[in-house]
Amino acid sequence: MFDISALDLARMQFAFTVSFHIIFPAFSIGLASFLAVLEGLWLLKKDDTYMQVFNYWKVIFAVGFGMGVVSGIVMAYQFGTNWSVFSDKAGPVIGPLMGYEVMSAFFLEAGFLGVMLFGQKRVGPRLHFFATLMVAAGTLFSAFWILSVNSWMQTPTGHTINAAGQFVPDVWFNVIFNPSFPYRFVHMVLAAYLTTAFVVGAVGAFHLLKDKTNKNARLMFSMAMWMAAIVTPIQMVAGDQQGLNTLEHQPAKIAAIEGHYNNVTGAPLVLFGIPDNETGELLYSIEIPRLGSLILTHTWDGELQGLNAFPKEDWPNTFLIFWSFRIMVGMGVIMLIVGLWSLMRRFQERLYDDPWLARAAVAVGPAGFVAVLCGWITTEAGRQPWTIYGLLRTAESASPLNGVEVGGTLLAFIVVYFTLFGTGVYYMLKLMAKPPLIGTEDQTTSFKRASGMTGAPSTLDRLDN
Amino acid sequence: MEFDLPLIWAAIIAFAILAYVSLDGFDLGVGIMFPFMPEKSGHRDAMMNSVAPIWDGNETWLVLGGGGLLAVFPLAYAVVLPALYVPIIAMLLGLIFRGVAFEFRWRASEERRIWWDRSFAFGSLLAAFAQGICLGALIQGIEVADRSYAGGRLDWLTPFSILTGISLVVGYVLLGSTWLVMKTEGELQTFARKFAMISGILTLALIGVVSLATPFLDAEYHHRWFEGGNLIFSIIVPFLLTICAGVLFLGLKRHHDIRPFFAAHGIFLLCYIGIGISFYPRMVPPDLTIWAAAAPDKSLHFLLVGTVFLVPIILAYTIYSYWVFRGKVDESGGYH
Ligand code: HDD
Ligand code: HEM
Ligand code: HEM
Repeated sequence: MFDISALDLARMQFAFTVSFHIIFPAFSIGLASFLAVLEGLWLLKKDDTYMQVFNYWKVIFAVGFGMGVVSGIVMAYQFGTNWSVFSDKAGPVIGPLMGYEVMSAFFLEAGFLGVMLFGQKRVGPRLHFFATLMVAAGTLFSAFWILSVNSWMQTPTGHTINAAGQFVPDVWFNVIFNPSFPYRFVHMVLAAYLTTAFVVGAVGAFHLLKDKTNKNARLMFSMAMWMAAIVTPIQMVAGDQQGLNTLEHQPAKIAAIEGHYNNVTGAPLVLFGIPDNETGELLYSIEIPRLGSLILTHTWDGELQGLNAFPKEDWPNTFLIFWSFRIMVGMGVIMLIVGLWSLMRRFQERLYDDPWLARAAVAVGPAGFVAVLCGWITTEAGRQPWTIYGLLRTAESASPLNGVEVGGTLLAFIVVYFTLFGTGVYYMLKLMAKPPLIGTEDQTTSFKRASGMTGAPSTLDRLDN
Repeated sequence: MEFDLPLIWAAIIAFAILAYVSLDGFDLGVGIMFPFMPEKSGHRDAMMNSVAPIWDGNETWLVLGGGGLLAVFPLAYAVVLPALYVPIIAMLLGLIFRGVAFEFRWRASEERRIWWDRSFAFGSLLAAFAQGICLGALIQGIEVADRSYAGGRLDWLTPFSILTGISLVVGYVLLGSTWLVMKTEGELQTFARKFAMISGILTLALIGVVSLATPFLDAEYHHRWFEGGNLIFSIIVPFLLTICAGVLFLGLKRHHDIRPFFAAHGIFLLCYIGIGISFYPRMVPPDLTIWAAAAPDKSLHFLLVGTVFLVPIILAYTIYSYWVFRGKVDESGGYH
């Protein structure tokens, strides 16, 4: 098809479907834990505010989770449809980990989701809380296993290679807890928590701007801003540690992230620039002297390898990951500013009274999604041209397909995802735009309203658009 | 004692696929029947509510089938998916169309709700048909050379695979309608009973046609069905099939609520056993055997340890969640 090879189309298809998928887990993982905390606090304190906020977010969770599930099922099959050689070779190592993901995470989520969403009238409050906890645990188990798989592809250990060219597990512990896994797991789970926190914070702030006294909006905003203030700095430390780990195992990736072509001692920190792989130069750069070496080697004149130390056919797409990395870090900095600002206002006891803080919180609502996507692009595009780093090239991983099929299905995915998931996101935004009503009605009716999905909903619940 | 790990795993994967077909089969069937229920009747709400709390769990068996195949029979996974590329992706897209409808339907305005009804029905139909095509293409056989798919790009599309596609759609309607007979009352139940009657007759007829066509695809199938020890099965299976059909139709006639559902599943189980006999000992006909497709023992062993513990737990809480939502669905209130 035109000038694009089936391989490139297959890569585009995988990148497209997985990028859409990760948007939903990033939100479900955080929201599931948030819901569990809310319900736990309600059981503990018997304060209805918690239950009302729980019911408000539960409906939004259901919509997002549904999209996470169906986009995820696509991913489980994309390995075979698009990367069959990779599947044959790496299946013995990554397959069992994904099998454990299905059995320990997906079934757990799916099995208790029904009870969590529809069962409030059918089981007692404690059992219901247990179901919510199981859903939250399921999302975390899922992240554990899939990140172990992904990290093994980045930093493969614990395997041997057999005569058929297959990767054969040798020591399972080393496969699962490969060198980059602990860093990636921590960084990703924190990323999911931050993503959710900023969405919840934005929704709380949005309603506070209309009505400062809304108890439910206050609760959302306050809880979210605690997360922002506490978790953002932790995330930055986690990211820094991960960078050091990547320097050790994938130095070419770091060279590209940093924009260094030549080996340098006392390397500067490049804030901005345009890396050009053709000429091997970084154009129009703005730099801070020596800071690069300080961050990555923790000494003023540490030496960093440049891309020229590696064969050119092993270079990743430098321009892409140079910039995606900076956008992610930029989002982190913005989150930190909002977090610190809220902390200051909180100590002044004016947390709910600063309209500019609320407006800023609304504006940074989507920051987490941007950071998550850019982070994954850095990680994955930075791994290129390998699917299994240093061992199996992307070009050698692909299925025997032709461009028409892959191009055609890619087009179908694009149309279907944008229309269906686009509509879903629109419904989620509509739900978030509804004010979180405070309990004039009793528990039962407020529950009924919030869970319109469970049956013919009352008119209140239907969105009038 | 030495275990034959690949054989154990073939049985587990077969179980996962059977669980998928029996469980998701009925909720796909409910989706396919959606357009036949008048929009204004309000019965569509009850139809959807009857499966809303459990469909996700049902569909997870498909992920276990696919993920399990990658883990323990990577070569089969690597050969089958590219060979069935188009129907597999069609199935996945179908599952998206129907999966999102469960939530979106309640979020849309009154006038637009009809679009999600259509999405639900279309997606269910597409997924069921594509699965049937995949089944037919697998029975026909998939050419393998040098650890990779070696056939043509359109090998999956034949009159036989279209026949199996239609058969699976009709069969799922049978499962779905008997499910509704069990879960509903009144007008909707009468409607479901009528559907079960018609789809039951059609299913049996199609089973007959497919069974007659199969031995002609490949002399090997003929050999498996009519020679040696298998001949006994080839007689017992149709015999049991007749019993199930009897229970189904009598149950429908005498207005039993539960029996038709289990009889319909009996029919599916027997067909599944029939297909199993035809395949064994091959994983992917005509050439790839269970042992050639298997991953190294270390992979099989590692996953088996967890499976032995986790699958019973999964079954326990799956049964529990069906138990929580037992009884008839109530049209207006759903699960309140
Ligand atoms: C860090 C977390 C994370 C990452 C990187 C991925 N996923 Fe995911 N996935 C989840 C976290 C998650 C989740 C939180 O468990 C989801 C999201 C919402 C949901 O329903 O479960 C999910 C759903 C989900 C499902 C549906 C589960 C079901 O039936 O209930 C499948 C099959 C996959 N994913 C498979 C994948 C594959 C093959 C990925 C790699 C390319 C992938 N996911 C990346
Ligand atoms: C966690 C499990 C994941 C696994 C096992 C995985 C695996 C893969 C594989 C096999 C490829 C194809 C090789 C290629 O790049 O051409 C790929 C590419 C890609 N993946 Fe991932 N991925 C995972 C998660 C993600 C996530 C969550 C994202 C989110 C954005 C992502 C973004 C990408 C991108 C952008 C590419 C294309 C890179 C390029 O072509 O340069 N990946 N990944
Ligand atoms: C501001 C300080 C941050 C630093 C120094 C940092 C550092 C890094 C590094 C070095 C990687 C690439 C790892 C690799 O390829 O091996 C990465 C990936 C990633 N980052 Fe960040 N990060 C920061 C902030 C954030 C924030 C705020 C988020 C999201 C809320 C985020 C989300 C991600 C994700 C999802 C990935 C890909 C998954 C992974 O490899 O863990 N990061 N980060």
